[in-house]
Amino acid sequence: MCAMRPGTGHEQGAGSPGWKAVLTPEEIRRALSRIAHEILERTHGGEGVVLLGIPTRGVPLARRLAVRIGEFEGTTPPCGSLDVTMHRDDLRLRPARALQRTEVPPDGVDGKTVVLVDDVLFSGRTIRAALDALNDLGRPRAVQLAVLVDRGHRELPIRADYVGKNLPTSHREVVRVHLEETDGEDSVLLGERDL
Amino acid sequence: MSRHLISAGDLSRDEAVLILDTSAELASAAGRPIRKLPTLRGLTVVNLFFEDSTRTRTSFEAAAKRLSADVINFSARGSSVAKGESLKDTALTLEAMGADAVVVRHGASGAAHRLAEWVTGSVINAGDGTHEHPTQALLDAFTIRQRLTVPGGASAAEPGQVLDQRGAGLDGVRVTIVGDVLHSRVARSNVLLLSTLGAEVTVVAPPTLMPYAVDTWPCKVSYDFDAELPKSDVVMMLRVQQERMSAAYFPSVREYRRRYGLDAGRMALLPGHAIVMHPGPMNRGVEIAAEVADSPRSTIVAQVSNGVIVRMAVLYLLLGGAAATA
Amino acid sequence: MNGERTMSEISGEISSETMGGEWLIRGARIAGGPVTDIHIAGGLIARTGTDLSAPGARVIDAAGLIALPGLVDLHTHLREPGREDAETVETGTRAAALGGYTAVHAMANTEPVADTAGVVEQVWRLGQQAGLCDVRPVGAVTVGQQGKQLAELGAMADSAARVRVFSDDGNCVADPLLMRRALEYVKAFDGLIAQHAQEPRLTEGAQLNEGEVASKLGLAGWPAAAEEAIIARDCLLAAHVGSRLHVCHVSTAGSVEILRWAKSKGWQVTAEVTPHHLLLTDDLATGYDPVFKVNPPLRTQADVAALRAALADGTIDCVATDHAPHPVEAKETEWAAAANGMTGLETALRVVQLAMVDSGLLDWAGVADRMSVRPAAIGRVPDHGQPLQAGGGAPANLVLYDPAAGPEAVDPATHASKSRNSPFAGMALPGKVHATFLRGTATVLDGKVTR
Repeated sequence: MCAMRPGTGHEQGAGSPGWKAVLTPEEIRRALSRIAHEILERTHGGEGVVLLGIPTRGVPLARRLAVRIGEFEGTTPPCGSLDVTMHRDDLRLRPARALQRTEVPPDGVDGKTVVLVDDVLFSGRTIRAALDALNDLGRPRAVQLAVLVDRGHRELPIRADYVGKNLPTSHREVVRVHLEETDGEDSVLLGERDL
Repeated sequence: MSRHLISAGDLSRDEAVLILDTSAELASAAGRPIRKLPTLRGLTVVNLFFEDSTRTRTSFEAAAKRLSADVINFSARGSSVAKGESLKDTALTLEAMGADAVVVRHGASGAAHRLAEWVTGSVINAGDGTHEHPTQALLDAFTIRQRLTVPGGASAAEPGQVLDQRGAGLDGVRVTIVGDVLHSRVARSNVLLLSTLGAEVTVVAPPTLMPYAVDTWPCKVSYDFDAELPKSDVVMMLRVQQERMSAAYFPSVREYRRRYGLDAGRMALLPGHAIVMHPGPMNRGVEIAAEVADSPRSTIVAQVSNGVIVRMAVLYLLLGGAAATA
Repeated sequence: MNGERTMSEISGEISSETMGGEWLIRGARIAGGPVTDIHIAGGLIARTGTDLSAPGARVIDAAGLIALPGLVDLHTHLREPGREDAETVETGTRAAALGGYTAVHAMANTEPVADTAGVVEQVWRLGQQAGLCDVRPVGAVTVGQQGKQLAELGAMADSAARVRVFSDDGNCVADPLLMRRALEYVKAFDGLIAQHAQEPRLTEGAQLNEGEVASKLGLAGWPAAAEEAIIARDCLLAAHVGSRLHVCHVSTAGSVEILRWAKSKGWQVTAEVTPHHLLLTDDLATGYDPVFKVNPPLRTQADVAALRAALADGTIDCVATDHAPHPVEAKETEWAAAANGMTGLETALRVVQLAMVDSGLLDWAGVADRMSVRPAAIGRVPDHGQPLQAGGGAPANLVLYDPAAGPEAVDPATHASKSRNSPFAGMALPGKVHATFLRGTATVLDGKVTR
């Protein structure tokens, strides 16, 4: 597939050469709207749905989904965030990371359909940690997963229920998601890993 | 962060704020059905207490256990007569046991420093002689940040009000520390940490209980408690031991209480939002009156619960990632 | 040329019995003065001059070396009897010889305390047997050094050890009445009380100089006033009863001023300073390493400067090492539990060179005076402390020192002392002792002990 050569393609984002945009802001907008509709379809109109975004970029994505669902259906589902740092399986590989915010909506997660929201699904380990973290919060009726990009290379038996874009990649490649709320613009970029 | 936490003075502002922010996240976890986190599973934390302190020891024990670490309590009574062989020999024993972290409380200043030379794990100073008690200062700073929103005069936080204070220090907060500063490791750590976080610290004591060269410390000095009350956002009372009387530090408990005790009358002179703190254990009726200790201004109970949370944050930051080289 | 052999060749060939005999030291600078030859014969300095010839004498090429009268230490702890795990008279005098010393005063805080004729004679005999350095036992002032009752000072003075210096060092003779009596009593036999000036009530539990560093480290302070108050008191007492007084290990600027005042009155007060107090300050305690724990404690830069100036102008009469060896377990602990003291015999001359000579405060003649002539006079030590220029007939006690050697880092593992607690470990010090002669016998040749 597309082995990247520096200098080709649409240069965006951080302005560093060699990045190719694989999703434009417009495509991201449409993907999120589609996911919002799919969530409504699969949960009988969003009944008992709670959206929990995984920091950092899963959080604004979850909020956007909640807003769209509210626009389409009339009621906005509860929305929060779920930090997975303390449950990661790779903690000892790097110095201790700063914790991110966990905000559970007031009605909690017991008996709810929790939709985890993240920007990129890769090895699946982050989601595994999220399931453990979610376990400490309560007992949902069901857990689903929505991601903006699925780039393959799963290392655990984890799959997404809702995918914005399937993006086959090689291990050498890096996927970067930029969002207005965190990075000042919306885009998904693909580049080569620096040595 | 370095591998050890021995002195509050070793923490930069960023490191101190990181500990407070981590504590804030862990505090929200404390309210959930399952409070235990798997983060330090498989690691061993040893509580090495040469001085009796049920309160601090159990606080560290609770913190370590909530992070799923294994805890070993080593209550070694090293007497000064034993010439401290016990400290080095104990250190070598802990090494052999594979302690990943040692929480040490000892009656001699500098004991944590020396221990750090003999163990490969992390050393957390839980109080060494009259030198420092850094986790106490951290939980005090966290409590202040929790209770006060804006420095110097704004209203105190409403109970249950969630404030996003991430990244915030204690800039401009006026803290007055009162009591036996000379012998207080809590005072030393607090002066260092609070000033690093941007607070304005004043120490108040009779001249006999002020350290020599206190004018070189990052704080103001006053012998007049009443003059400082209206200018204080936080009053931190230190324990005064009655044995100090026989060494002529002050003439009588009565005179000490009259001039430096926080009673209801003095409490009324504080600004509306000001809080009263005490590291415990208290001498009710000496440095602090019962009605002050039990008043809504008092954070004494919160300090205890915050102690577990802050110690969890410290354990996580020291042990939760790859081992630091320093 | 015949007869011109290197020191290593000589010491390699000759056995210890023949370390005496005749020696011709060529081309040394006596007390830093002009280049001179020194002829040693019969245990005496036969003559000094230029182009001397002495057929049959072993020759030492001393070009570039300074010749000083053998150093005399008024304050050493040899630990025997009782603390042989730290040092013995033999190992201590070996260390002394390597440091250029030909006479040391062995302090009385042994186990048992040297407060009787029996113990001081034992120490004296041990020194004789070792034969490396003259040992002058110091007698305790009070029984057991407890500060309550005078020890049998007269018996010790009359003993074979001929004790003249008395000290409770380690403890202060705090009771003013007892100090007065002691000062008076020793006049009968030209004795001398050497006071360890430390007011006990002001220094209970003290760990480090009372100052900024101690305050930050949470270590109980040892205020300068506790030393100065005793010195002032004792100067007044000594003047009142007409006695000599010697002050051990002066450590503060304030003490210097009091001594200057006392001497200006013509009172018979003498004082000593340690090498470590001429160089080191209390901020070294910041890592809580007890190798820097000593009594009196290390103090501030201002104190160091005042002590150096005082040694230079003679207000402080001499350097005394206060060599205090301790076994490893006494120093490998938390600060409060560690023993006080630093070793010093082997590094003393090098430290004095760094602190006083290389800084321009004292010349080699001054070093000879402060480290040999004056201490010998104060301790009433016969045979030692006689300037080498005087030439004919003085006992041949001298040291050959190379000030240009090094600087080299101090490694306590190579020291002859049994103990390793040197605060100079790892520090680069200039200079090297090449040879030490005790009454014409070489105890050290080419930097090594000969027996």
